[in-house]
Amino acid sequence: MEAIEKANALTIERILTSDPVLIDVQTARDVVPGLKDGMILHAGPPIEWDRMCGPMKGAITGIAVYEGWASDLADAETKAAAGAFEFHPNHHFDCVGPMTGMTTVSQPMLVVENRTFGNRAYCAINEGLGKVMRFGGNDAEVLDRLRWLRDDFGPALGAAIRHNGGVELKNIIARGLTMGDEMHQRNVACSGLILRALAPALAETATDNAALAKALAFIAGNDQFFLNIAMAMGKSITDAARGIEGSSIVTAMSRNGTDFGIRVSGTGDAWFVAPVEMPEGLYFPGFSEADANPDMGDSAIVETIGLGGFSMGASPAVAGFVGAGSASDAGNFTRAMGEVTAAESPEWTIPAMDYLGVPTGIDIRLVVDTGLAPTINTGIAHRKPGIGQVGAGVVKAPMGCFTQALTAFADRMGVS
Amino acid sequence: MSGTIKDLLAGPVKVVNIGLEGFEAELSQQGVEVVQVDWSPPAGGDPKLADLLSKLGA
Repeated sequence: MEAIEKANALTIERILTSDPVLIDVQTARDVVPGLKDGMILHAGPPIEWDRMCGPMKGAITGIAVYEGWASDLADAETKAAAGAFEFHPNHHFDCVGPMTGMTTVSQPMLVVENRTFGNRAYCAINEGLGKVMRFGGNDAEVLDRLRWLRDDFGPALGAAIRHNGGVELKNIIARGLTMGDEMHQRNVACSGLILRALAPALAETATDNAALAKALAFIAGNDQFFLNIAMAMGKSITDAARGIEGSSIVTAMSRNGTDFGIRVSGTGDAWFVAPVEMPEGLYFPGFSEADANPDMGDSAIVETIGLGGFSMGASPAVAGFVGAGSASDAGNFTRAMGEVTAAESPEWTIPAMDYLGVPTGIDIRLVVDTGLAPTINTGIAHRKPGIGQVGAGVVKAPMGCFTQALTAFADRMGVS
Repeated sequence: MSGTIKDLLAGPVKVVNIGLEGFEAELSQQGVEVVQVDWSPPAGGDPKLADLLSKLGA
């Protein structure tokens, strides 16, 4: 249909001409539209307490204690079950969050502005590896780190970003792809590049050498530091591509540990939801698939813009890390995703694949037609609250999301 | 059977198999050279979805 092709071309143009810039770190209460006390934003499509998975409940009890809304984890659980908190998807508030994706009023948020279209998107700061809230961790160590991010690191990072006049992200992604990152399970290059970009400004705006050293060491010691920046960037790009009547391009893929949801540009704000699948991957020593929680997080926003599993060909090391096969297999993931996308990025290319542009703009028609479900690289959380990450792997988006979306899209287009 | 077909089957057979991998596996086990083409019917064979797809220009 010509109307669909025109709408999709406009959607792709908006994605490809987006100019995302990291401009600040600000307290969520001050910048996230509509966010209030007692609200807990989570990853994935809408879900209520009773249907939440273990790590999501663990993170919610932890964040309620962190915010001072509960005296301890048990009190937080009682209050959550009694309906004391409002739960909403991050995606409904211009936000995204990895894994459990907790966003609440006092957290410091990375602010990415899409300078082409003027919209902004937000994501909390990556906490590091190991026992962290995004994987359901909620003990004193986890909460103390969140307080340090709120009171010390977040304000320092924000000051440095502002002093630097922001950080343009498209170039960093382009360079990261040439250095082996796919921006989901491997961010070591981009984390190094952002540290290099901001270290002078961190030093110039610092008032205390010990605090500066701690901030630099925190970034340098976290290979996934850039993930949350990439996610806010992805959200700022896909939000600019939402709401185009007649477009069959996906604008969000997201999971809450129970359900997987997608949104499509031409079907408004509707979520198309199906049960999440279990990642296939490799486990840390002492853990196995029996410990794993199903797929979780807003981080699939990076696949929605052509990175992550879609850019596996740029990152053979990740193919091994997530148990997806040999280095030479990595390109096959990218080629397969080229079958379900409408364009190749002219700016984000993969040297090892003869500078193939990353596959961009998932078309629900192509997904249903080919039966090729989008591939997502992901971390794996323990299924019980409070334990954390146990592995990493690859997961497929459930085909049910796409068949539902196609039926709704056809109905909206007057096709039956 | 025509001469051409007889000739085809008289020598070593080379096979291109489209779709179901079981045929490829069986022939490979018997030493037959097989090229497997990864294919499935549109929309996984669901006629309603396939009809919608054709009308939506996929």
